[in-house]
Amino acid sequence: MPAVSMTVNGKAVTADVDPRTLLVQFLREHLRLTGTHVGCDTSQCGACVVHLNGIAVKSCTTLALQADGGSVLTSEGLAAPDGPLHPMQEAFRENHGLQCGFCTPGMVMTAVDMVYRLGNDLDEHTIRQELDGNLCRCTGYHNIVKAIAAGAKTMKGTSKAA
Amino acid sequence: MYEFKYQRPTSVRQAVNMLAKDPEAKLLAGGHSLLPVMKLRLAKPSALVDIGRVEGLNTIELKGRSIVIGAMARHVEVANSPVVKEALPVLAEVAGMIGDPAVRHRGTLGGSLANNDPNADYPAVVLGLGATIITSKRRIAADDYFKGMFETALEPDEIITKVSFPLAKKAAYQKFKHPASGFALVGVFVSKRSSDIRVAVTGAGASGVFRVKSFEEALKKRFSAKSIEGMTVPADGMNTDIHGSAEYRAHLIAVLARRALAAA
Repeated sequence: MPAVSMTVNGKAVTADVDPRTLLVQFLREHLRLTGTHVGCDTSQCGACVVHLNGIAVKSCTTLALQADGGSVLTSEGLAAPDGPLHPMQEAFRENHGLQCGFCTPGMVMTAVDMVYRLGNDLDEHTIRQELDGNLCRCTGYHNIVKAIAAGAKTMKGTSKAA
Repeated sequence: MYEFKYQRPTSVRQAVNMLAKDPEAKLLAGGHSLLPVMKLRLAKPSALVDIGRVEGLNTIELKGRSIVIGAMARHVEVANSPVVKEALPVLAEVAGMIGDPAVRHRGTLGGSLANNDPNADYPAVVLGLGATIITSKRRIAADDYFKGMFETALEPDEIITKVSFPLAKKAAYQKFKHPASGFALVGVFVSKRSSDIRVAVTGAGASGVFRVKSFEEALKKRFSAKSIEGMTVPADGMNTDIHGSAEYRAHLIAVLARRALAAA
């Protein structure tokens, strides 16, 4: 089996994998980082979004081997385990931007990527457009949009992680 | 997914050799068409030749009166390219309409064209501008490239390296987007380059992207929505599925063509 090496949330990891292993399987089943979810498994719902080399990707449609040598940031890596939440996570909590929570890791990773690409002042239209690839079946999106607008503002001055 | 061997060439030549040695091998670019199909076990390649590490395949350059884009250019790179936005803004617009942001971060120009999905956006641009597909072997005119649903003129060991898009005086794309998938239920691309007028349609045809010669003829007098007022496209040869009937798709072609002409 081919070997794969990458940095996940700042930590170097190496493993031998079946080439079929998807990045999301590698994260969840090999590394036990179950914060990244599998929703539709067809690249539509965005529950599996992680950052690969600083940009948002759907980890259910990426082979672990395609990420070889890369740097991955997951929901678990946004904030220190015992520290305060990442500003975007805090904004979701503050604005009640979730109900069941299944889509939330992907929503937050997409939101953080949105801020990196488009800046700290995001209007509602932009946020809704940019959420095209993230589905939520509970909230009706309203509070997610509010959370992202607020989180974008509080992220001002924070540096890009991993 | 069925089992496969994973190979990672570092040059186009190496990739071509890997494909030539194994007729069941498939090229992996961004993987956003191929991997979903493999997950559904609708494709069973013996090996994946991942060209993600081959250097020099994602360049975007203005060369004379054309924009030449590397096959591995991601949709987001084309959508955000200052060169493309300046010289051929419609191409940046179309790239920015494909899928969703995370999909655009991974999907590639060459991958989309090699796959030739009948509902994809890029085939309409390539045929609608009369672009040239540059491969490891030759140059293929858009009119000779698309051979039907998921079929192209590419040989099994031939790799797209670049695509050359001629600049157009006037061009526009209008898409009736499937609300769930984002694919084009119907998409119409119109362009005018000196005497060459093209109307290319994706999403509608039962054998993939095609040109509407009757519209092109009518537009020779004047490149305006008025010139095709009242004209229709026959429903024969259109695709019918749960998303829309052949008649509905044929109707949309005329509507979207007029809108595209008004926007061009």
